[in-house]
Amino acid sequence: MSNTAAAARYVGQSVKRLEDPRLVTGHGRYVDDIVLPGMLHAAFGRSDLARATITRLDTSAAEALEGVHAVFTGADLNSHNDSLRASLHPPESPSPPANMLADGDVRFVGDPYVMVVADSRYIAEDALDLVEVEFEPLDPVVNYETAAESDDLVHPELGSNLAHDLPVPNPAQQEAFEGAAHIITETWHQHRQTNVPMETRGIVASWQPHAGVMEVWASTQSPHEMQLVGARVLGIGEHKIVVHFGDVGGGFGQKMFLGREDMAVLVAAKLLASPVKWIEDRRENLLASNHARIEQMTVTMAVDENGNFLAADLDQLEDDGAYPLGGPATPGAMATMLYPGPYRMGPVSWRARTVYTNTCGRGAYRGPWQMESVAREQMIDRVAREIGMDPLELRRQNVLKPDDLPYQVSTGLFFETTISPEQTLEQAAEMIGYDDFRAEQAKAREEGRYLGLGMALYIEPTSMGMGPLGTESAMLRVEVDGHVNVFMGTGSHGQSLETTIAQLVADELGVRPQDVTLHQGHGSGYGFGTGGSRSAVIAGSAARGAASGVREKVVAIAAHLMEASADDLEVADGVISVKGTPAASMTMAQVAATAYQNSDALPEGMEAGLEHTARYKAPPSTHSNACHICTCELDPGTGKVTLLRYVVSEDCGVLINPMVVDGQIAGGVVQGIGGVLYEHCVYDESGNPLASTFLDYLVPTAAEVPDLECGHVVVPSDTPGGHKGTGEGGAIGAPPAVFNAVADALAPFGVYPNRQPLDPNAVLSLIASASDS
Amino acid sequence: MADQVPLSMTVNGRTRRGMGEPRLTLADFLREQALCTGVHLGCEHGVCGSCTVLMDGEAVRSCLLFAVQAEGADITTVEGLAPDDETLHPVQEAFRDCHGLQCGFCTPGFVVSVAAFLEANPDPSDDEIRHGIAGNLCRCTGYQGIVAATRQAAAVLKGEGQ
Repeated sequence: MSNTAAAARYVGQSVKRLEDPRLVTGHGRYVDDIVLPGMLHAAFGRSDLARATITRLDTSAAEALEGVHAVFTGADLNSHNDSLRASLHPPESPSPPANMLADGDVRFVGDPYVMVVADSRYIAEDALDLVEVEFEPLDPVVNYETAAESDDLVHPELGSNLAHDLPVPNPAQQEAFEGAAHIITETWHQHRQTNVPMETRGIVASWQPHAGVMEVWASTQSPHEMQLVGARVLGIGEHKIVVHFGDVGGGFGQKMFLGREDMAVLVAAKLLASPVKWIEDRRENLLASNHARIEQMTVTMAVDENGNFLAADLDQLEDDGAYPLGGPATPGAMATMLYPGPYRMGPVSWRARTVYTNTCGRGAYRGPWQMESVAREQMIDRVAREIGMDPLELRRQNVLKPDDLPYQVSTGLFFETTISPEQTLEQAAEMIGYDDFRAEQAKAREEGRYLGLGMALYIEPTSMGMGPLGTESAMLRVEVDGHVNVFMGTGSHGQSLETTIAQLVADELGVRPQDVTLHQGHGSGYGFGTGGSRSAVIAGSAARGAASGVREKVVAIAAHLMEASADDLEVADGVISVKGTPAASMTMAQVAATAYQNSDALPEGMEAGLEHTARYKAPPSTHSNACHICTCELDPGTGKVTLLRYVVSEDCGVLINPMVVDGQIAGGVVQGIGGVLYEHCVYDESGNPLASTFLDYLVPTAAEVPDLECGHVVVPSDTPGGHKGTGEGGAIGAPPAVFNAVADALAPFGVYPNRQPLDPNAVLSLIASASDS
Repeated sequence: MADQVPLSMTVNGRTRRGMGEPRLTLADFLREQALCTGVHLGCEHGVCGSCTVLMDGEAVRSCLLFAVQAEGADITTVEGLAPDDETLHPVQEAFRDCHGLQCGFCTPGFVVSVAAFLEANPDPSDDEIRHGIAGNLCRCTGYQGIVAATRQAAAVLKGEGQ
């Protein structure tokens, strides 16, 4: 075939990013850089109490301040919306009341109950100080472990604090437990953390009266979710919302969905018919955007006398907070279903429960259901310790091997033949020098030094192809001058899509990456955006399809004009030439000019122009896998943990840009390190958040992280480019790897950690508990 | 609202005059009146370092200064480092070469901080680099590319090439 792409020239290369020249010089355009004529600024007044009735709310003094245009309360604003429903949340599913501002009562510290719109942010915040409000405090529901039984209700409308309870018993599991040599049980806890994109949330909304159009600039991962939900909130057609997509300063799941504040800004902009900007401040981001990882899983595993896994029983409980971002979530159902991971686990029973509390709502955070890997990998180390086996040997014995594939998991998952858990396990073990480290560790222990090694092996379902997540489109047009514009529904916010999509298109179409410009937001076809490790596979495949369609036409036109056979032509770097006769050639620009401006010269019957749209439907799941191993030294005097080495062996299939893949992994790993050792959204027992600045919420700095070593196993997936998703994986593998390393370092004390964070206080308490017993 | 006061300073070699309340931060003056939107606000309490600029050659957090405190000062923002529209500063080039950025939001602060750090310590060890840039937060890169970029920029600025 003449129109098959040439051998990869750019895919697989660490092409320097096309985004970077503007970003390294300060010429990116983020939402706070948008300034419109007459633009007003919003600020929210937020509750300082976890649960309280509003007994008095007087905004008159605030309204009277010079420069204030409006002060909205819940009573003013909440009636102005048709629905706040996120697209992934089924309409019939029960959810917290659809309010943008608290009305009558407040349900967590940070709950917005008033919104000021003024000439400047300074004046808006001055006006907030003039709002007179009185509260009658109520007993808050803070502890999620007892929330389901509490008579105090977070949302009285729902009649219960239990949001979901999904029991999935399996008689085969119970049978397998009978007579098992070992039954081992533990409850694993994760603690409250948050995404912390360096750019907080933000939105600018501008209403055009009579045209009935809402123009939006937003810091979002999903321009189309912004458009769809915005249309629902405002009760207008989707075509009446124009979402501009600029640079977005990170999200990690937080910007996949609209917050209540985003919706309030949309409504306010319409009511005032003035552009309104809201930029979240860091305190708001830490207290009231979304939290994550607040969960525990009780795992009971049956193991035979030789260390073979027989069965598992799981009981997951998680905290949704008060207003979960994106609607009530059930990551626990995924966490339990995915628990078997890359092992022959045997039959599994599970139960997943979610509760509401008077705390900041839960939201998606990089690997939202990574509790499956946290609980499983920590449990496997525990099993190894209980039955006296080496943790690497125990994994080797139970890991899925190539001969096991394809593999039907008892929980319903199906693993294709293109996964490679055993290979990544072995590669990582070799990279870390497993046996040598064990020898070094033994020697160090004799010297009174505490070294530890932790590993985690996982399979991640990426690029999930169901429901609204299932597809992405690419509209590709070669312009008159030969430059390529691609319009896609993605929302790149650090993933480098302007470069990686350009690499894919460059190879498929036969141009250079710098000849391709990616356009996201307005004008693109529907897609769910960037998140869930989905853009390389789903959006990438759409881009390939569109490029391939155009290439076919380019070749046909060039063959006609050059009086050559299409089979004899090749296209590379924007030049169409006869194979073996490079002098006989045309440029992409010449072909494009003909297609648009001299269409009479086209082959008989060919449509003018040079464009193609493709939509790709993903399979249910494209699995990537990886193994993380790290080593640490623990100071028993101070409780400080220092990471020594960190290696990752991963398989994301065909790498589009190795530099970008390694970057994604490194970022996720350091978030995981931070989660286990440093970061904690602490609440006191009254529901007061204690980590409201970066002095309390400790994001790791360069001084806390080791060099990361990455190895790659490449087993192509069955999707068009052979890629697999890789955005979330680092944050999935790192928490259990780091946790296991610390637990291993503590093993000589005879203690069994089962909860994070493992900060110096926690480590010292564990050591103290050993000396007490 | 307090009375507005006149403000004047040199920003990236050009005189910038404006008006603002005494409470106007230097960061807001630079962003809104000097049009240097590369000055990013990541925390507004002096920890993340995204708003770092050079004031009379010293790296400062422009969110923690009032504009009036910079009256008459010589300010360099990230926009003022590259010699021209086609050429990057060696620190900027290194960040691109080493994938020292993903979303790019913290990048202006890092670039300015690293430029100042290497001015003060032209030949840093890896450990000095890690501690030298620990006053800036990045949530995307895990710092791997940033440390590598600082190493490369140090070599280039010393004239060792890449």
